[in-house]
Amino acid sequence: MNTPSDEHGHDHPKNELSHYAKRIYAIRDLLLEKGVISEKDIQCQIDYQEARSPANGAKLVARAWVDPAFKARFIADPKAACAEMGIDATAINEFVVLENKENLRHMVVCTLCSCYPRPILGRPPDWYKSFNYRQRSVVDPRGVMREFGLHLPEDVEVRVHDSTADIRYLVLPLRPKGTEDWSEADLAKLVTRDSMIGVMDALDSIPE
Amino acid sequence: MNADVARFRPGDRVKVKFEDRPGHIRTPWYIRGKTGWIERIHGEFLNPESLAFGRDGLPKKTLYLVAFNQSDLWDKGNNADKLLVDIYEHWLDPAA
Repeated sequence: MNTPSDEHGHDHPKNELSHYAKRIYAIRDLLLEKGVISEKDIQCQIDYQEARSPANGAKLVARAWVDPAFKARFIADPKAACAEMGIDATAINEFVVLENKENLRHMVVCTLCSCYPRPILGRPPDWYKSFNYRQRSVVDPRGVMREFGLHLPEDVEVRVHDSTADIRYLVLPLRPKGTEDWSEADLAKLVTRDSMIGVMDALDSIPE
Repeated sequence: MNADVARFRPGDRVKVKFEDRPGHIRTPWYIRGKTGWIERIHGEFLNPESLAFGRDGLPKKTLYLVAFNQSDLWDKGNNADKLLVDIYEHWLDPAA
């Protein structure tokens, strides 16, 4: 807010809301005032959004790693496999699982906006929505992967999926070598959000 | 999914229409006019170009997963790398 007392020769950090934030608060106030929705509705929706997290995806991936029959179902009918695990993916119109292989890596972007498998991964990270990622992921996916620490040999094929429509994609990362006798719960700790977007592989050890 | 109504089959070569018009277009600019192939038929979906304006989205449009060679899109790029985009049928023409 620019008041006369601010005018004393130098700039102060501005705490003012952006245009879009002001607009969304104005719309919220109108919806409440006109009784279209209640404060409780808004809080329930916030709680619902916050409850969805990459832990859902990690559970699915770890199960697919230890149970080949589940993995086959997860790839053939991802929504049914989610229901089996108690994860509600019904909000997704069409859900496709992309299986990474030794000689193949998948990576997901939405160049048009920020389409993302929210019921499985929660809200997308800010970088996923940035112009930088949306431009460079399609032009130079290997360069983007290198920045996430994944250095792929030339003979590994990269497939970038631009999710422009009703399909939501989840990458099924490779199970790290040397984890053959690990428990499902420990395996899930190796499955990062970013490995399910496909910009990196799963971790090979549990983070401290 | 009703694949019977789909105009294209997996493997068919297709060219994305080069059109520039206003509206809620879900075909990214960078593949307009480019040639690729059908990788998969996703099925029939309500048309977002109609839904975005509060209309009913009918008739439904067949949606395809269309693959492009990275090296066909940009001057650089690994020869084996692909870019895959979901494209509605009315944006595709058959290609040689």
